Amino acid sequence: MSFLGHFSYWATVFVMMTGLYIVISRGNLVKKLVGLGIFQTSVYLLYVAPGKLIGGTAAIVTPGITLYSNPLPHVLILTAIVVGVATLALGLALVVRIREAYGTVDEDELLAADAKDD
Amino acid sequence: MPAEHFPVLLAVVPLVAAPLIVVARSGFLGWAIAFAVAAATAAMSASLLARVTVEGTISYAIGSWPPPWGIEYRVDAANALVALLVSAMALVAMPYARRSVTAEIGQERQYLFYALLMLCLSGLLGIALTGDAFNLFVFLEISSLATYVLIALGRDRRALTAAYQYLILGTTGATLYIIGVGMLYLATGTLNFADMAARLDGVADTRPLVVGLAFITAGIGLKLALFPLHAWLPNAYTYAPSVVSAFLAATATKVSLYVLMRVYFSVFGADAVFRDLPIGPVLAVLSVAALFVASAAAIVQKDLKRLLAFSSVGQIGYITLGISLGSATGLAAAMAHVVNHGITKGALFLLAGAMALRLGGTGFDRLAGLGRTMPVAAFAFVLGGLSLIGVPGTAGFASKWALVAAAMGAGQWWIVAAVLLSSLLAVAYVWRFVECAYFREPPAGAPSPGEAPWEMTAPALAMTAAVVALGLHATPVLDAATRAAAALMGAGR
Repeated sequence: MSFLGHFSYWATVFVMMTGLYIVISRGNLVKKLVGLGIFQTSVYLLYVAPGKLIGGTAAIVTPGITLYSNPLPHVLILTAIVVGVATLALGLALVVRIREAYGTVDEDELLAADAKDD
Repeated sequence: MPAEHFPVLLAVVPLVAAPLIVVARSGFLGWAIAFAVAAATAAMSASLLARVTVEGTISYAIGSWPPPWGIEYRVDAANALVALLVSAMALVAMPYARRSVTAEIGQERQYLFYALLMLCLSGLLGIALTGDAFNLFVFLEISSLATYVLIALGRDRRALTAAYQYLILGTTGATLYIIGVGMLYLATGTLNFADMAARLDGVADTRPLVVGLAFITAGIGLKLALFPLHAWLPNAYTYAPSVVSAFLAATATKVSLYVLMRVYFSVFGADAVFRDLPIGPVLAVLSVAALFVASAAAIVQKDLKRLLAFSSVGQIGYITLGISLGSATGLAAAMAHVVNHGITKGALFLLAGAMALRLGGTGFDRLAGLGRTMPVAAFAFVLGGLSLIGVPGTAGFASKWALVAAAMGAGQWWIVAAVLLSSLLAVAYVWRFVECAYFREPPAGAPSPGEAPWEMTAPALAMTAAVVALGLHATPVLDAATRAAAALMGAGR
């Protein structure tokens, strides 16, 4: 198998590491959530790509067709997408509350404000 | 027969109760519904545990779709015990919750609190009972999302940043878990744990399996606060409302520990994980680091709830230490400590919540002279503290002794030494409380608070009594843990 044969995996790993790097490196709470969203999206790719067979068709039994794609990963990922949306919405709602309580969404400034409280 | 449907009802009843509570829009009705549901789940878990002890594993096919095509709920001696711990803790917390929640959360938001608590309960029970790797992920996220909001309901504004931090780390953990499950699915073509275990033998290329196992270990390690992945836990437990701290400390990390045991011992099998891979030594070193670093950190905290949170990270170290031995006795000791530590930490956080109600907080400066102002709560707290140390006659001793015996049986003398030495650190942090409560004058001019109302004191004392009872008569938990270990190691292999 060549680099091109594994292209979808390389793309998945690239997106995954991009997302994780943003979560770790950014101090802005909203940007962190964007990174988290990208990280989760890479998992959708990881599941969906192997489910597709080249030349395969939808998994509905039809005479004359022997090659079917696996529909299960797509179904699983529909659920994972819903989970991802809920997480992102909750995360953003928390950021709004943090902004109201602290007046900032920057991690360093939040830590400084907490240190002053102690 | 409804009894036949108990495995799925345990997850469904709280899940349905949550929207009902939101529709009711009343704090009192919400509390009443939640109380009834908690009682029902506790009764159902107890009945399931009794049944699996006699009949062995129960398999329940959701919607009558036979496994491995449909989702299977698979109840055995291990997860029935975990489900009983979770639902019993919810039941004990409910009478306590009414007063505590009224004091800590605004009237107009109370019904939402109970709805979220039900979602969290549903998620935790679902994780425990499901036999399907992806269904587990969904329940993991249901419980986690509810938990983030419950933590954010704390009075201090730092509860918000604690919840945000937990959201980032918790979601990362769950995503790592689902990457690992994806690897296993690609290699085996199934998501059912029992089916996966059977098919793993035939897999030729084991690289994806090892990678999958690594992802699952890291992901679940984040959720169970395995040192050094515990950064979210201290703030989350400290700033959450009292009921939430007690409920989560007794259940959330324990359910994740159960998942780790299930994946290691039932899906992969002890041989594949501990003989062929260096997971045992890695886990043992991290656990011992947790025992010392987290317990030492607990000693220097200025807040009682924060001290308890760091102590939790240390105590989780004992449980993962038991897992790292890779033997039936080590696993049984770990399972016993899951139950005993869950009960102990639940009792201690309930007592800390009672103190917070009367004193307005749990900072050590407020707790001075507590032995005179709240004698019952202070004394019960000391009893719970003795269980954290592992003094004979308390629940903590029984499971720690089982762990030491398992380590000696495996010839791991350095683990025995680590357990004994780290117990001295527990003496030091429990002494912080004793010194503060009994050897200091109450702050001058402060009003004499008196004991918390009986609705709060009674559940906390009942839990403390359980700690002592299970210390004096440890066999029920130890036997149940041994059966659980046998079920975990025997299932599917």
